[in-house]
Amino acid sequence: MRLLFSFLTLVLMASACRHDDVIYIPEQVDTGNPVLTSVSGFYLLNEGNMGTNKCTLDYYDLLTATYFRNIYASVNPEVPKELGDVGNDLKIYGSRLYAVVNCSNKIEVMDAKDARRIGQIDVPNCRSITFHDGYAYVTSYAGPVEIRPDYSQLGYVAKIDTLTLKEVDRCIVGYQPDGIARSGDYLYVANSGGYRVPNYENTLSVISLATFKEVEKIPITINLNRVVADERGQLWISARGDYYDVEASLICYDTRKHRVTATFSINAAAMWLHGSRLYAVGVQGADKIYKVIDTENLTMAEEDFITDGTGADLRVPYAVAVHPVTSEIYVTDARTYLNPGYLHCYSSEGVHRWSVRTGDIPAHIAFREYPPCGEDIKKGGPALRKSSLTEFISIKN
Amino acid sequence: MEAPKVILLLCALLALSPQLRAEPVDTLPDVTVTATVKDKGIIAPQELSGKQLQGLNAHSVADALRYFSGVQIKDYGGVGGVKTIDLRSMGSHHTGVFYDGLQLGNAQNGQIDLGRYSLDNIESIRLYNGQKSSLFQPARDFASGASIYISSREPKFAPDARVGGTLQLRTGSFGLVNPSARIDYKVNEQLSLTASAEYTYANGRYKFRYRKVFSDGTTAWDTTATRRNGDVHALRLEAGAYGRFRTGTYQAKVYFYDSGRGIPGAIVNNVWKNSQRQWDRNFFVQASAKSLSDRKYAWMVSAKYANDYMRYLNPDTTLLYIDNTFRQQELYLTTTHKLRLTSWWEVSLAADWQYNTLDSHMSNFLFPRRHTLLGALATSVAAAGFRAEGSLLLTEAFDSYLRNPQAEGGERTHSHLSRLTPALFLSWKPQMVEDVEVHAFAKRIFRMPTFNDLYYTDIGNATLKPENLMQYDLGASWQVLPASTCITAFALHADGYYNRVTDKIIAVPKGTGQYRWMMTNIGKVKILGLEASGDISITPLSELLLHLRGTYTFQSARDFTDPADCLDAAGTYKGQIAYIPRHSFSVNGDAEWRRWALNYSFIYVGERWDNSSNIPENYVQPWYTHDLSLTYSLPLRSHRASATLEVNNLLNQQYEVIRNYPMPGRNFKLILRFDL
Repeated sequence: MRLLFSFLTLVLMASACRHDDVIYIPEQVDTGNPVLTSVSGFYLLNEGNMGTNKCTLDYYDLLTATYFRNIYASVNPEVPKELGDVGNDLKIYGSRLYAVVNCSNKIEVMDAKDARRIGQIDVPNCRSITFHDGYAYVTSYAGPVEIRPDYSQLGYVAKIDTLTLKEVDRCIVGYQPDGIARSGDYLYVANSGGYRVPNYENTLSVISLATFKEVEKIPITINLNRVVADERGQLWISARGDYYDVEASLICYDTRKHRVTATFSINAAAMWLHGSRLYAVGVQGADKIYKVIDTENLTMAEEDFITDGTGADLRVPYAVAVHPVTSEIYVTDARTYLNPGYLHCYSSEGVHRWSVRTGDIPAHIAFREYPPCGEDIKKGGPALRKSSLTEFISIKN
Repeated sequence: MEAPKVILLLCALLALSPQLRAEPVDTLPDVTVTATVKDKGIIAPQELSGKQLQGLNAHSVADALRYFSGVQIKDYGGVGGVKTIDLRSMGSHHTGVFYDGLQLGNAQNGQIDLGRYSLDNIESIRLYNGQKSSLFQPARDFASGASIYISSREPKFAPDARVGGTLQLRTGSFGLVNPSARIDYKVNEQLSLTASAEYTYANGRYKFRYRKVFSDGTTAWDTTATRRNGDVHALRLEAGAYGRFRTGTYQAKVYFYDSGRGIPGAIVNNVWKNSQRQWDRNFFVQASAKSLSDRKYAWMVSAKYANDYMRYLNPDTTLLYIDNTFRQQELYLTTTHKLRLTSWWEVSLAADWQYNTLDSHMSNFLFPRRHTLLGALATSVAAAGFRAEGSLLLTEAFDSYLRNPQAEGGERTHSHLSRLTPALFLSWKPQMVEDVEVHAFAKRIFRMPTFNDLYYTDIGNATLKPENLMQYDLGASWQVLPASTCITAFALHADGYYNRVTDKIIAVPKGTGQYRWMMTNIGKVKILGLEASGDISITPLSELLLHLRGTYTFQSARDFTDPADCLDAAGTYKGQIAYIPRHSFSVNGDAEWRRWALNYSFIYVGERWDNSSNIPENYVQPWYTHDLSLTYSLPLRSHRASATLEVNNLLNQQYEVIRNYPMPGRNFKLILRFDL
């Protein structure tokens, strides 16, 4: 009996009780490599696997070399169920930070200074965002349903006034539009047709900014994904292929010449334009893609931009970003999609410098200049820099 | 009584079963108990049956299984929510579920939703680790890592009665209306028939609350909402014939289940309601005949045909519209022959043939077919308190699927798999310590990849190998039947085990694109566990009967898939796998006094992580619920009426078993029952 009771006591001691769920306190990691320029840091949006509600926001402070993991809840402790489910895009426009949260059907609007929530814009099944002239343009899969023999549904682009955070207009485009970019007086939308397997879309929708009407659908190739516009009026479009016979590719479409001027057979899961250099990462079979394309000469460098061989350590290169001033390179690894990913930093020559753990599926990066928009860095100096940091950890404790 | 029979009986008594209890006077002391007991095998199962099963505040088989040690239920919440079980952290695919002797199959995804099996018509639930260590069973019974045997109620008659039956109504929270009826008819002494029907409706709504606080304890946010789209309606019809002939028994059964339900989905930011729906129609017919198992030569033959229809609809036009239907069919034949060579040595041979098909309207569907041939050779010896059973299972599986679903002609690709897997079960009852039994087993087994694992459009991987499982177990039990104290029965039971799952089938990112998955064989899990349970019956006063039962489970189930993933605390290597608590326990007590019965249950499931990366973001809180029920029974001549009031989750704990799937708070149920 005594044995039994001591056993029961042990069991009870080992068994933790429930406690209140405490707002998540961000973890801080020192990478040891401060970079002192007008760019004070960057936000990183982790997608989180569908249904987990684990879309999280990280911030890396370049000036102090501090990585803040999962800051949203502590900055916005009053928001139920935090940032949401499956982050799909992240951009800074003006003084605001916009996170497109796909499965939460919303765009979270935050202050770019400290990620404090300003409001949200409800857009069902929203995918990507771009900005022009005070308006945000967001692609959405959830357009009108067509009752045909085969069920199908076009997507649309929502035009949102960034002052009122209200949708002011809608433009129907192709099936399952993903990437969006502005070049000149037009918006270009990559239609994927991802819900219509195996009948993928193969067009790029062109929307006139003046009328906000679709003026053209340009056939490119099937299953288009992302679009990046460069300063030469060229669009860099990634296409996923059909995963069977049609290979993934990266296409250059010249909006002035109205034709495809180059095609590279690489799977560019993510792209980043840095000056005239386009960085692309992805996975292709057993190979990892770390390529740089010269957007002037339309040539792809043969060598990987990770030059020290450490590129093989990543499992699923998922996002790339380049420091606007120092050309330092950041690449994320989504690994298994279910577990936390990693952010890796490489020097501009492609030599590994440091790595830090992120949230699940680190995917989108937005650089933050300090003060916002690069106005007068002298005004703040180190003191203000410091206060901006404490704002992140302005937790009520 | 000859020696083996005595041993069999003693072993069976070691089971923590209601047979231990001093039965109240109004239940029938059944002679068939001995026969049932004998089939329980070398290592006794965990068992819940009869009154004890009905006394639990359990609606479905899944709810009742929570009171077994070693069991974790994945419960998505509500009356209609999916409930699957995971035994000893091996993964739900390794548990075979048998309904009235024959296995319930799901070749499509290997998942048996035990939330759908209402306890209304269930007599007993038994749980065997390894396998039921008996010789006299189909080959398929040797083919799982663990087995659950669900037995529906056999016809029972009051003395001299030809007709028996039950009417029951369950109602309460979630808009539950659950009437059921059952009738038993005795054709003659050799044959009885039974039929039962049950209808379940629930709107599935319940309040749930999410709340977060600052570290000083003040509220950060606090939200209460109503769970929606959890409605369910289901009709179950069942009929059976139970007969006996001079040297054996036979049984036939028809089962039909038709249901529609909402899939409530995950609660995430800005999404508090989902609209996905599912319809299921399950039909099976089975028949079996067997000779009495204590004969020198015993035989058994069974056949089953099952036809399952499933439709999944996502009508939400903000998401991918999906309307898929699947139809599965299964044909199963089995025969077993057992020979007693000497008074202490038996051998048996079982042979099964099973044919599975899966059809769908989905595009690029591969229409898989599978023939499975199973052969099991087993032998058992019993001498001087020592018993052993060894078995060898041969599995030959032949798959075929459309080579190119878009091409004409339907040319098929074929594949074949062959495996030989052994198992050894031992038990020893030392003669010097009468009340103790020591047992052990070792078993190698595997699970076939499901049709979804292999052939599901895009995700499936036709080159998958089976998932392997190696199990070792060592345990002991001690039970006393004190002669003259108020303690009428007392038993303790403990088991330690080590399981290793290799080639575990898991989804991993596919190389060819973003966010695409493929099934692979790379997973590896090692599980070290300890289970203990105790059972005590007390009669402190002449009319008061108390019974207390407790179980405890410790599990260290660690992920050994990726040795490189150990860079920091977030590494998955050696992390506790998803949703397996280290500690869990349950306590169940009931008291009977004259016409009253009171039952109290407590379940504790310790802290878990939703991922083998055991970091705070993936932490899932422990949960524990108190359930209480009170029954009043009224004998009316030869009939009996009873009313039960249940309160579940008495303290209204707001908890989740699976992240973002809130469970119901305090809820009530009223059960009115009339036995003819």
